[in-house]
Amino acid sequence: MKQVAEWALEAAVAAGASHGEARVVHERQRGLGTRNGRVSSAADSESLGVGIRVLCRGGWGFAATQRLSREGVEECARLAVEIARASARVQPHPVELLPEPPVVAEWSSPCQIDPFTVPVEECLDLLRRVDLELRAVAGVTLSETSMSFRRYEQWFYNTEGAAIRQTFITTGAGCAAHAFEGDSIQTRSYPNSFGGQYQNKGYELVRELHLVENANRVARECVALLKAPQCPEGRRDLVLDSSQLGLQIHESIGHPIELDRVLGYEANFAGTSFLTLDKLHTLRYGSDLVNVVADARPGHGPGLGTYAFDDEGVAAQCVPIITRGIFEGYLSSRDTAAVIGRERSGGHLRAEGWARVPIVRMSNVSLLPGEDELSFEDLISSTGDGIYMETNRSWSIDDKRYNFQFGCEAAWEIKGGKLGRLLRNPSYSGITTEFWNAMDAVCDRREWTLWGTPNCGKGQPEQGMGTGHGAAPARFRQIKIGGAYGE
Amino acid sequence: MASEERSMNANMLSQERCAEIFDRVRRAAPDLDLEVTLAGGHSALTRWANNGITQNVREEGCEVSVRAQMGGRTARATTNLLDDDGLRDVVRRAEALARVQEEDEDLLPMLAAAEAGESAVLERFDDATAVLGAGERASQVDAMVQVARREGLNSAGAYSNGAQFEAIFNSRGVARWHQESFAEASVTMQGDDSSGWQKRNYTRAAEVDARAMAEIAAEKARRSARPIEVPPGKYTVILEPSAVADLLGFLAADFSGLALLEQRSCLHGRLGARLFGENITIVDDCAAAGQTGAAFDGEGQARQPLTLVERGTVKDVAMARATAARMAKSEWAGKLKTQPTGHGLSLPNESGEAAVNIVFQVAEGAAKSVEEMVAATGRGLLVTRLWYIREVDAYEKMLTGMTRDGTFLVENGRVTAGVRNLRFNQSVLKLLQSVLDLGRPGRACGEESFNMVAPAMRAEGFQFTEVTRF
Repeated sequence: MKQVAEWALEAAVAAGASHGEARVVHERQRGLGTRNGRVSSAADSESLGVGIRVLCRGGWGFAATQRLSREGVEECARLAVEIARASARVQPHPVELLPEPPVVAEWSSPCQIDPFTVPVEECLDLLRRVDLELRAVAGVTLSETSMSFRRYEQWFYNTEGAAIRQTFITTGAGCAAHAFEGDSIQTRSYPNSFGGQYQNKGYELVRELHLVENANRVARECVALLKAPQCPEGRRDLVLDSSQLGLQIHESIGHPIELDRVLGYEANFAGTSFLTLDKLHTLRYGSDLVNVVADARPGHGPGLGTYAFDDEGVAAQCVPIITRGIFEGYLSSRDTAAVIGRERSGGHLRAEGWARVPIVRMSNVSLLPGEDELSFEDLISSTGDGIYMETNRSWSIDDKRYNFQFGCEAAWEIKGGKLGRLLRNPSYSGITTEFWNAMDAVCDRREWTLWGTPNCGKGQPEQGMGTGHGAAPARFRQIKIGGAYGE
Repeated sequence: MASEERSMNANMLSQERCAEIFDRVRRAAPDLDLEVTLAGGHSALTRWANNGITQNVREEGCEVSVRAQMGGRTARATTNLLDDDGLRDVVRRAEALARVQEEDEDLLPMLAAAEAGESAVLERFDDATAVLGAGERASQVDAMVQVARREGLNSAGAYSNGAQFEAIFNSRGVARWHQESFAEASVTMQGDDSSGWQKRNYTRAAEVDARAMAEIAAEKARRSARPIEVPPGKYTVILEPSAVADLLGFLAADFSGLALLEQRSCLHGRLGARLFGENITIVDDCAAAGQTGAAFDGEGQARQPLTLVERGTVKDVAMARATAARMAKSEWAGKLKTQPTGHGLSLPNESGEAAVNIVFQVAEGAAKSVEEMVAATGRGLLVTRLWYIREVDAYEKMLTGMTRDGTFLVENGRVTAGVRNLRFNQSVLKLLQSVLDLGRPGRACGEESFNMVAPAMRAEGFQFTEVTRF
């Protein structure tokens, strides 16, 4: 791979590039799934290629190819430089890169059981048993299970001398029951919706999830939702489970802190951000209990946003985002951090694969657990009256990330400090900063889970990316509930 | 030969080259039933913001996907390693994944050429569009930036082009190939407190009038400046074609036979009676003007035109071969056609089939312009585009989302002000029961769904539930 990178970088410099990077990526994926007991997915894929990013006359150019012959790679590098020259034609200010010492390193995400070594029969047998448990509950009209594995190996080189090899193993698994009756389609998923839980782990994650043991419960909840009363409309105290809170963090904190959005680079597609530069260190984003970090370091946990170096060779960091409620930091790259006068990139430039240019991305954007001891049971018992919601069903937020609305799969009344009736079609909505300022309790580390969002979409051409979000159940006072179904 | 052209030739595989790769794959496992799908090409995109180019990319590639089948077992493996070792390995992986499965008695044999149907050859490739280079894209971007500078606005957008091919071959004689080119532009013009947007996508770059798009987006930004806040509630809306396409795209998945069988389609329990207004007729036709894509599906079956909705009543749904076979043995036999329609997805899959060549039909002479719709409205909202649409309720087909980049108050037949953006929670079923006027359908594209041939639409009782801060 080093040879491929050398061809790329030498050709780029010869063509006039002032800076060059080559990322060679070898990726392998496997997806298995069942649907009503039949195999619905059995697929394996492999891909190898190189992406070459260059600066020439202060403009960016990027080209990618799978032709890894010397001729193919050099031609790709020259195309990247030609593209960069075209960029410079319509560019008021040349790109500036903050300095970054070149690193030579190797890193692999921790993995106990390589999922590609687990016999496919064993994986399918587990999924079939889960599927059977789901369908054992009368009233379930559709059962789904899935498992996915990814091995992502990347060699990064740049003209400054960096040479970094990183290998990631990612595993995901989950199940869902659906039930239709009368005028309602209901769904319950485990351990999360849209495919379950994903982490940078091996097959040990699948075993930790205890899918078979939980399938019957979620299937019963799914059928019970058909007869459950509609979640009421109005203002209520709201408790969110950690998976829904993870997505709330993703949408209403993770995206608005992306510096490329703040600078307007995403204005035509993903949108901009209400977090304009004047709000840094001044905006009260949330209550004193709200402490959020963007932590890519392996010590944060096996999140989908865990790495040793980002995709321009900057070491993983922990960036304080919200400290005791005050907005403190952005997600940045070498070029965007330069625009706002920083001394160093925050290390958040990431690419979907070899064919896509790296862009500013979340790592693990997590709400830190409460410092005081508080279990989930303590949280419910201290709530009095309210609504507890679990597992995301729908999510939507405006293009500056102020107004959001989320739907969940299930909710329960909280009456007198106890969980009561099951409620269907729950939803809540609000304005980002008002919502986070209404947080008055968060559970401690015992209840904290690092959730994986495997499919965050951003950029043109659109790129999917895995991000991590740690959260513990938390309470928000007097939130608007049920607006989605209101008149 | 220019580098763009050389690169295109390396990745746009001809039908003959695809057939040769299929033969190499077959030689690796001559006794297996194999289906080989090939796809590749190149695409490039120039992106700008703050009136300057910020990102400029190009990618090329080609992959081979092999489906192996043995009796009632099947699996797929894909690779972009096209040498002999790579092809042997991808066959081995597909076979290994299939071999360990339990038999599925309902799995059909691979499609035979004799039952695949006649597939139209769709001419959707333009050489000039395929090889358009970074210099030409920069010139198009510059034209849009110049409009922004002249108007004192801040522009952002993207201009992209490329070419792709897809082919499918199998052991039972199916051999299909298709190629097409594309050019697409989108532009956002931003003022201090307002914005405007336009997007177009065509087979030929010559049809993209970048400057005209920039002028419309700039006009929307100017006219929506100093937005006022209107209260949430039910409004008569005039939805421009992008907004209509983005909403209707969420309904397309319900026109699937498998979705009906699995009781996840909102059409379940609603067939037979008129469901929408009599002014609603929607077909699926891959050969229609303004459509894109190949004339065959994921198994190589010829795509057939479908009447999805005729004067408000659901007529047909899309069906893959396996779905049609199951339908024939189900409660739906006799109520719906149970023949494959050529809309199947690549096997194995979770969703069965999809109608993706949606064409809205409006009688000639009945179509109204957006200006006429505005003139006919006492009080309402004119919506340029919608954003972050998600399904809130699967059976009521209730969607939520936001307005964005050009939302206007209409009073007494005139646009009187820009308004702050609103959140909607609206059933698409109810929307299509409440359409007052339709425009002339044309190729429409948003960012939330897929491109389709859709009109502007005036409808009453559209439910807005909240207002945001801008």
